[in-house]
Amino acid sequence: MTAREEVLARLRAAREAGKPASPVVVTREFRTTGALAPGSAEVLARLDETLTDYKATVHRVDTEAGVADAVAGVLSEARSIVVPPGLPGEWLTGYGGEVRRDGPPLAVDELDAVDAVITGAVVAIADTGTFVLASAASDQGRRAITLVPDHHVCVIRAADVVCSVPEAIARLDPSSPLTFVSGPSATSDIELDRVEGVHGPRRLDVVLVGP
Amino acid sequence: MTTVQLGMPTVASDPHGHLRGTESFPKAAHKALADTQLRRNLGHATRTIRAKRAAVVGEVDDWEELRRAGESIKADTMARLPELLVQLEEQVTARGGHVHWARDAEEANRIVVDLVRGTGADEVVKVKSMATQETGLNEALEAAGVAAFETDLAELIVQLSHDRPSHFLVPAIHRNRAEIREIFLREMPGVDPALTDEPRRLAMAARAHLRRKFLTAKVGISGVNFAVAETGTLSVVESEGNGRMCLTLPDTLITVMGVEKVVPTWSDLEVFLQLLPRSSTGERMNPYTSTWTGVTPGDGPQTFHLVLLDNGRSNVLASPDGRQALHCIRCSACLNVCPVYERTGGHAYGSIYPGPIGAVLSPQLTGISGPDDVNASLPYASSLCGACFDACPVRIDIPHLLVQQRAEAVAAHTRPTAQDLTMQAMAIAMTTPARFKFAEKALGLGRVLAGRKGRITGLPWPMSGWTNARDLPAPPQETFRQWWSRTHGDTQRSGAGPSTGEDA
Repeated sequence: MTAREEVLARLRAAREAGKPASPVVVTREFRTTGALAPGSAEVLARLDETLTDYKATVHRVDTEAGVADAVAGVLSEARSIVVPPGLPGEWLTGYGGEVRRDGPPLAVDELDAVDAVITGAVVAIADTGTFVLASAASDQGRRAITLVPDHHVCVIRAADVVCSVPEAIARLDPSSPLTFVSGPSATSDIELDRVEGVHGPRRLDVVLVGP
Repeated sequence: MTTVQLGMPTVASDPHGHLRGTESFPKAAHKALADTQLRRNLGHATRTIRAKRAAVVGEVDDWEELRRAGESIKADTMARLPELLVQLEEQVTARGGHVHWARDAEEANRIVVDLVRGTGADEVVKVKSMATQETGLNEALEAAGVAAFETDLAELIVQLSHDRPSHFLVPAIHRNRAEIREIFLREMPGVDPALTDEPRRLAMAARAHLRRKFLTAKVGISGVNFAVAETGTLSVVESEGNGRMCLTLPDTLITVMGVEKVVPTWSDLEVFLQLLPRSSTGERMNPYTSTWTGVTPGDGPQTFHLVLLDNGRSNVLASPDGRQALHCIRCSACLNVCPVYERTGGHAYGSIYPGPIGAVLSPQLTGISGPDDVNASLPYASSLCGACFDACPVRIDIPHLLVQQRAEAVAAHTRPTAQDLTMQAMAIAMTTPARFKFAEKALGLGRVLAGRKGRITGLPWPMSGWTNARDLPAPPQETFRQWWSRTHGDTQRSGAGPSTGEDA
């Protein structure tokens, strides 16, 4: 008998042996919508707060036209950056350094040599200070480009900001890789106190576009 | 290979002794309690995390509803575990992954070792994983000539100091910053000799130490937090980015998961991604959560293997109440609130699953071979205060399981213990008022034993088990019944003791 057959046979027998007296009823009485409306000024203010609380630096701009200036400001010291293949060119018009598009894909050592990466995000969660990167989105790209460079700049549009975790999960397609990011790389491994900056990007800037 | 009858749940194989210590909990705890540095470190760390957890749980007004959802999703998962695993296998396979099944720890290790050998690599980078700690994968890899590098900071500290993990989440919780600095200076090649004990500097040292390994690794090995049957999606929840490195940069990824980690649907993560970070590190969300489904061309490892591990879980599933222990999402909140864990630390439990949940999970995984099995002592490693149940994000009734396992342990005894004899004696004495009265008189003799200091410090066997660890106060000069009889003599009724209400 194969291991597969044997494990499944054991689990079937065990499932019957330990069967609960009455069938399980799954209860979902928690809130599936947040307290603040998606895309509202209030939800953006809360996202600003929660991102800042976990040591991301937030830059607010009213419209997408303001992104280029904000990006140029946070990348003033970066000599070279990597960008995903579909990043809007308008976001980079104020940046004077070398721009490397990740198409064809850069080698790991090349990624290690650039100073920063800039991406969009597919959704952001105000309750938790989180944004999500989808590998399938052309302005976010494969996972390695937001991992190896030491400085990540993420542009988040108001329309993509929701309040709660359930609202974000409902918007996401798990068929391609996703990365949920909440602040720069950190650890709580020394005396259970959070300190920022381990293996992932140590500096995280968020450009938040909207009211 | 021994033959196993079809469908008979079997207990865990424990080739490297990671599920069972070498001495009973009371003996190990005795040593741990004498280590004042350990108690200081644990007290500081658990106080810090309790405050953080309370603050972020307090922000969520539907926390109880989320806990109930987590509890019922897990119960539902257990009720259809075989079907969900088959569905997961189908989805992972359809997306280009390879699924392997392992009956026990040795089989899982053999599968992983063969896969690593097949790549030609002689080293691997690892994300912290309880499943591979349970199987002792690092030892198996080492025996096969493969170097395994733990990349989580706390695991790195444990590995560099040739120590054992003592907590799920923070395996080096028993070390303070000064000790960690000492370990790094002693064991980390090329470390800056001017390293201070500032946590930020220590984290930087770990970054520098592992950076080249990450960028050149060919094989990554991980565990899983949640595996979605419906979509074949796997997820790893972490903080440092070491997980992302191991999941993204190598050519080959091998993931080992205990079969209980499956959840039915993608939307179930809306519950667990709220419950887990707030319960474990006391954060609204951990810095990084990665999800992936099979293989994605152009992104991440192009070869993906998933190893599904039983290793005693079917044994746990077969117990109607005990199977709750499989609901555990390894947040470690129960450890952090436990007055026993806070004082003894994780090593005293012997198993890599310490604390309240470990005390109910480890004995079920390994089974109990007899009264001398050290894991038989684990259900007693608790004051039954109930804090673990209140903290558990999926409402595992740990106190109930502890009591139940104590009852099973007593029933399984082949020879009576001191406690059994005492309880039997008490049962006889308390059957009738006359016997109880007589027993009370006999207790008065204890005053002679106590002498003038008023404390009994050593009793003969079988009661020595009690007085070895604590003093016994001398019995009072007068019992309650004697006092009542003296002061309310005329109201006493038929020897049944005082009635209530008459003097109120």
